[in-house]
Amino acid sequence: MQNDCGCNCNKTEDKRYAELKAYIDSVKDSQGITMTVLQEAQRIFGYLPLEVQKFISENIGVPIAELYGIATFYSQFAITPKGKHHIGICLGTACYVRGAQKVMDKVVEELNIGVGETTQDGLFTIDATRCLGCCGLAPVMMIDDDVYGKLDNVDVIPAILEKYRG
Amino acid sequence: MNGINELNQLKAKAVKDFEVTDGYRVVVGMATCGISAGAKPVLEKLREETAAKGLSNIQIVPTGCIGMCIYEPIVEVFEPGKDKVTYIHMDPDRVSKVVSEHLEKGKPVVEYTIGEGEGDKLRNLDDVQFYKKQKRVVLQNCGLIDPENIDDYIAIDGYQALAKAVTQMTPQEVIDLMKASGLRGRGGAGFSTGMKWSFAAANEADQKYIICNADEGDPGAFMDRSVLEGDPHSVLEAMAIGGYAIGATKGFIYVRAEYPVAVHRLKIAIEQAKEKGFLGKNIFGSNFDFDIEIRLGAGAFVCGEETALIASIEGKRGMSRNKPPFPANKGLWGKPTIINNVETLANVPKIILNGPEWFRSMGTEKSPGTKVFALGGKINNTGLVEVPMGITLREVIYDIGEDCLNGKAFKAVQTGGPSGGCITRENLDTPIDFDNLVAIGSMMGSGGMIVMDEDNCMVDIARFFLDFTVDESCGKCTPCREGTKRMLEILDKITAGNGTLEDLDILEELAENIKNTSLCALGQTAPNPVLSTIKHFRDEYVAHVVDKRCPASVCKALLSYFITDACTGCTRCVRVCPTKAITGTVKQRHVIDQDKCIKCGACMDACTFKAIIRK
Repeated sequence: MQNDCGCNCNKTEDKRYAELKAYIDSVKDSQGITMTVLQEAQRIFGYLPLEVQKFISENIGVPIAELYGIATFYSQFAITPKGKHHIGICLGTACYVRGAQKVMDKVVEELNIGVGETTQDGLFTIDATRCLGCCGLAPVMMIDDDVYGKLDNVDVIPAILEKYRG
Repeated sequence: MNGINELNQLKAKAVKDFEVTDGYRVVVGMATCGISAGAKPVLEKLREETAAKGLSNIQIVPTGCIGMCIYEPIVEVFEPGKDKVTYIHMDPDRVSKVVSEHLEKGKPVVEYTIGEGEGDKLRNLDDVQFYKKQKRVVLQNCGLIDPENIDDYIAIDGYQALAKAVTQMTPQEVIDLMKASGLRGRGGAGFSTGMKWSFAAANEADQKYIICNADEGDPGAFMDRSVLEGDPHSVLEAMAIGGYAIGATKGFIYVRAEYPVAVHRLKIAIEQAKEKGFLGKNIFGSNFDFDIEIRLGAGAFVCGEETALIASIEGKRGMSRNKPPFPANKGLWGKPTIINNVETLANVPKIILNGPEWFRSMGTEKSPGTKVFALGGKINNTGLVEVPMGITLREVIYDIGEDCLNGKAFKAVQTGGPSGGCITRENLDTPIDFDNLVAIGSMMGSGGMIVMDEDNCMVDIARFFLDFTVDESCGKCTPCREGTKRMLEILDKITAGNGTLEDLDILEELAENIKNTSLCALGQTAPNPVLSTIKHFRDEYVAHVVDKRCPASVCKALLSYFITDACTGCTRCVRVCPTKAITGTVKQRHVIDQDKCIKCGACMDACTFKAIIRK
C-alpha cells in the first residue's frame, strides 16, 4: 500500500521519521530552518534519499526542487549512501604542500576506488576534504572522528585501514 | 545579571578559584590539533593518576590552543611564585612520571620539557624563539583558561567590556571608540569595523542582526577555530557589544560544520552566558536584549562571502549577489545586518576595556593592532602566530618559524589563501599590513601563511588553488563558473607537458577578464594565485611548456626515472615495478624502459643504493 506521500517507504513504522518530525516541530517557528532540518535529516538517515526529501518538503512547505538544489549545492549533504567509515583526506594548502596527494594516491590504491566513491563491501568512502584545521600535523587524514597526522610515510596507511576492517 | 556590581562579585569569587595559591594548576592543550595529537588520553591519565595518589591541591584544566602545533600534546604546570613548566610530546607514560616526580615530589622532569633543559635551567614556551617576537592579544586567553568554564573567563575580566558598554556608554560612543581604535576587519578586505557599525546604526529598522562569520574556509588558516575553541566567550561578548552599538537584538554565528569541537564549546558558552544573564533580556539592567543562535555551514567556501553567507542562513543555496545594497542596509531577511569575522570580534572587548590608544600603540598607523597568522607548510615551527602589524615577513619566517624544513631553500610564502598570491625572497622585508601586502601582489586574507621551498612546483601550486576555486565557485556568474574552469584546463595541460607559450598569454588574458567581471570576491580574486606565480616564476612556467621539464620534480608527466652506475643489480626494483619496465641481469646495472614507465616512483622508494634518480 502506498503512503500519502506516494511512495512505499513505510514511514509509520520507521522510527527515524518520527525523530525527524519531532525535530521539525521543535524548530518550526524559527526563520530559515531549511538547512538545519536537512542537516538533522542527514544525521538521522546518514544521507538524503528522495523519500526523506519528500517528507521534509511536506512538513516544512518548501518545494522538493528547492531542497534538492540545496542538498546538491553543499558538499556535506549526500544523496547517495555513504560507507560505514568515512575517510577524509585533507587537501588544504598546508597538507598539499607537505604531500597530501601521496596520501590520497595510497588510499585510492589500497581501496581500489576513486575519490567520492564507496567500496563494494560498503565499508569505506573516500573524500577529499577541505582544511581540517590541523595544519601543524600535515599531511592529515581523518577516519570517522579519528585524526591521523604527520603521514609523511604513506606505508603506515594499510595498517591504519586494517583497524577499521575488524 | 543586574549590574556591574554583581559582575564584580562574581569576578572576585572566580579569581579565587582561578589563581593558584598553593599546589599546581595543570593545563592540557585540548584544541582540535591537541586532541588529534593525543591529548585526550593524556588528560584522562592525569586525572586518574592524581586521583589514585590522592593529590588534592591540583587543578587540572583542559584549555584551548597553546599555539605551537609541532609540540602537541602540550601540558603546562603553573606553580605560585615560579615560572611555568612546559612539557611537550606528552603521552600517558610521560604523564605517570610527571605526576610522581613533579606533582608529588616537586621535581620537574627535565627531559620532557621543551628544549630538554640546559643543565638545571628549565625552559618553558616563553623562552622559545617561536614566542619571542609574538604579541598575544586575540590569543591571550587561549591555552590559559578553560573554555568550557565561564568563571575562568569572568576571572580575567570577562564581560566587563559588555558591562561598561551597556551601562556607561551610548551606542554612538561605542561606535566612536571603535572608529578611533582603527580596527580593521580581519576576514580579508580590512574594512574599518567602526565605520561598518555606523552604517547599520544609521538605519532605522524594526529588526537588525549581527552575524559572526566563522566560516573559515581558507585552506591552511585556523585562527578562528582556535579562538572559538579556546576563548568562545570573547566572541559572544563582542557580538553583544556590537548588537548594542548598532541596535540589533539578535545574533547568529555561522560556523563551519568541519569544526565540531568549536561548535560544541560555543553551545556550552552560549548556555552559560544565558544562565548568568550576559545574554537574554535586560542585560545588566540596561533594557538591552540580545540573543545568539548558532547556524552550521555545510561545506561551501563561497559562504565566507557575506551575501552568500546570508543566503545560507536564510536556508538557501549559498550564492552571492550584487552589492549594493550592502548588508548594513539590506542584509539578513532584508534587515540591516553587520557581519564581522571571529578574530575581529575577539579584539572588541579588549579595545573597549583598554581604550583606542592602547590598541593604536600596537601595529602601524593604518593597520593598528595585531594579526594572527597560521604558519604552515615547509617550515620548522608550524603553528599559530600572533604578531604586531608592521613586522616583516622575514622576521615571521626566519625568527619565529626558524627557517624551512630540512635545510631546504625558501622559495615563496603564500598569503591570502586561494584569493592571495605568492611573495618571494625580494619582498621578505616588507612590513606586514593590509595595504603593503596588496602592493606586492598578495593580500592579508584571513591569515594563512604557507611557506614553500625548492621542492614545490609553483605551476602545480597555482593549479592546486584553481582546482579549489573551480570546485567552490557557486556557479551564478559566468566569468567565475566558466572562466576558472578554462584556466584550470590550461594549467592541467601545462602540468601534463602539453602546454605552449601561447597558453601563458591566454591564461593572463583570461585572468584579467575574470578579475574584472566576476560578481563576488571569490571570482574577482580567483586568478590571483596564477597571476602572481606567472609574474614571479615565469621561468618555471617556461620550463614546463618549452623544455617539458618540471624544475621542482613535482609534475609527474614531466619526470623521468633513470638508473645510475650505483646500481648493484640486486633486482629489488624489478620486483616492485608494476609495469615490468625495468630489465637487466642480476648483479649488473639495470635499465628503465621509458615507454613502459608510468612514473609511480616505486623503484626509487625500493632502491637501497640510491641508484635511481628522477629528473
